[in-house]
Amino acid sequence: MHRLEEKLKILADAAKYDVSCSSSGSKRQNTGGIGDASFGGICHTYTEDGRCVSLLKILLTNHCIYDCAFCVSRKSNDIQRAAFTVQEAVDLTMNFYRRNYIEGLFLSSGIFKNADFTMERLLRVVKKLRTEERYNGYIHLKTIPGASDELIKEAGTYVDRMSINLELPTEAGLKMVAPDKDHASVRKPLAFVNEQIQAYKAESALIKHTPIFVPAGQSTQMVIGATPETDFEIMQVANEFYQKYQLKRVYYSGYIPINNQNSLLPQIGSAPPVVRENRLYQADWLLRFYDFTLEEIVNPLHVNLELDIDPKLSWALRNPQLFPVNINTADYKMIIRIPGIGRQSAMKIIQARKFGKLHEYQVKKMGIAFNRAQHFMYCADSVIRLGMPVMQSIRNNILKASTNNKLFQTQLTLF
Amino acid sequence: MYYLFDGTYSGFLCCVFESFERKEFDVIPLTGSEHQNSFFQNSRTITTHPEKAKRVLLGIQKRVSREKAVDFYKVFLSEDRKAWLASYKIIVDLFNTSKQVLQNYGNESTLYFSKMLQKVGRESHRMEAFVRFSKTADGGYYAVVEPDFNVLPLIADFFKKRYADQQWLIYDIKRKYGILYDKVNVSEVQEMPLDKHAVAAQHNIITLDANEEKFQRLWQKYFTSTNIESRKNTKLHLQHVPKRYWKYLTEKKVG
Ligand code: SF4
Repeated sequence: MHRLEEKLKILADAAKYDVSCSSSGSKRQNTGGIGDASFGGICHTYTEDGRCVSLLKILLTNHCIYDCAFCVSRKSNDIQRAAFTVQEAVDLTMNFYRRNYIEGLFLSSGIFKNADFTMERLLRVVKKLRTEERYNGYIHLKTIPGASDELIKEAGTYVDRMSINLELPTEAGLKMVAPDKDHASVRKPLAFVNEQIQAYKAESALIKHTPIFVPAGQSTQMVIGATPETDFEIMQVANEFYQKYQLKRVYYSGYIPINNQNSLLPQIGSAPPVVRENRLYQADWLLRFYDFTLEEIVNPLHVNLELDIDPKLSWALRNPQLFPVNINTADYKMIIRIPGIGRQSAMKIIQARKFGKLHEYQVKKMGIAFNRAQHFMYCADSVIRLGMPVMQSIRNNILKASTNNKLFQTQLTLF
Repeated sequence: MYYLFDGTYSGFLCCVFESFERKEFDVIPLTGSEHQNSFFQNSRTITTHPEKAKRVLLGIQKRVSREKAVDFYKVFLSEDRKAWLASYKIIVDLFNTSKQVLQNYGNESTLYFSKMLQKVGRESHRMEAFVRFSKTADGGYYAVVEPDFNVLPLIADFFKKRYADQQWLIYDIKRKYGILYDKVNVSEVQEMPLDKHAVAAQHNIITLDANEEKFQRLWQKYFTSTNIESRKNTKLHLQHVPKRYWKYLTEKKVG
């Protein structure tokens, strides 16, 4: 095999456990060079496991001086090591980009020598892309915990998104499997970059043509299911990080067993918690776009998301007093809370009912999951049931219907 | 009454014009070529007048806003005859009543129209994602596509902005035309020598850049390496990348 091919194989393989693939949220324009960042982001292809491929996701190197038990690149792991030169990383990005394979680059790295040495290399790649190649496509850079403020700040002027991974949802979990690491070294740069972003924003409100700084914001990732946190703990952390550091995204990565040396971790061969991961994304979605509060979704009495039903349905079943909802009079906020109705369909309902009361046959065609929604709403011609709906029977009903239609599978692909 | 027009968007708009002029609203717009005169007596051939088309377009813009008016063009590009009819009915309604028919999702035409609009939108997004350029020996880039709908006009601007400093050609093999960018403008090119047969043997016609195959291999390697075997989900994969697109996707080519 060609040497570059081999490096790509190793360094893409090592990078794939970072699930972030988003290429959205930037508005970098093409100024006389090549490329721009599409605000909505684009998935150029999908892996066979169904994940979006948007960015060329690579490590600069998988050499690492640390030994985090959950990570393939950990020092003690007996694997092939490789490192790209700065030029190789640049060439790959440009050639893939010009062929429309990718939206941009996701660059991360194992830590060789020390944090600053590594960060400086990463900085050279992104700087070269922007200044020499006049590349305006998307760049997501993983910053290295412990790197100096100056390096982080300079990198921020070139990249669209920055991220630092929390790795494990709680400090206690982290200490179990990565004693060298702590959450403080993640919080510090997140806070620092957020301050810079806000400062640039304030400035650009006053002065035109201020340079852009991390325009697509910051994100982080937590590994789920490696350590014993509850969903309530996980979502609390996510919620706090959204608020405190104004993160654009929190990613939940179901732990893929890769280590049998550490008896605390799920062993190789046990399945990654795909369903749980999906439920967390759905809960996260409700938090960010459906105006739910954290306590409505998970709370001390309800610490884990249910695996067999999605969190919105679960919430609805716990709140029978709010249903059924009158589709012809309820406000938008309540309509999107009906299980089986999404934001788009809710908009359609709101607009269409201006033309007259809506009947079931009309609502059915508006892209809603009617079999599910029917238990929680009524239209102009619905048969009115007296009293509160009996949630246990609704639950059984929906579950029965979904196993029959294999709906369960498709639900998992909702996002 | 069948209105037979020339297949262009202007022609379609002229059907609306004509139908108002004749106060004839039981109309089904079709292209001339697909209509057999011997079968249908009740048909009219509509000639395309750019000024008439423009008046209809301005009328639509005035009633629904400039941006929304583009939706009619998008739906037209679906080439779907039922969508044309729905579109026609909506435009007539727009002119006849002051009501905003476009938001009345209880109405069958509106619903069909909005669904088709979504499909066309999805197809152009797909094309923005699935175009795979190959670099030629003379430094240009070309790609062959076979979209479900006629979306090249909708994606030209996207590629122009993004690949501003490289020459490129995107060729729709189904509709036998392409869009060509010469680093200044995008123009349409007809009947390239790239018909189905030629594409199969494309290496004879177009000399590829010396590094082209290397980067295709690297991309294929990347595609396999980034997959996580223990999470394999073929159903989901196929839902995102339906098989009909595979033959033009570098990462899906076997070899
Ligand atoms: S520092 Fe990062 S790359 Fe190194 S072992 Fe820990 S998680 Fe892996």
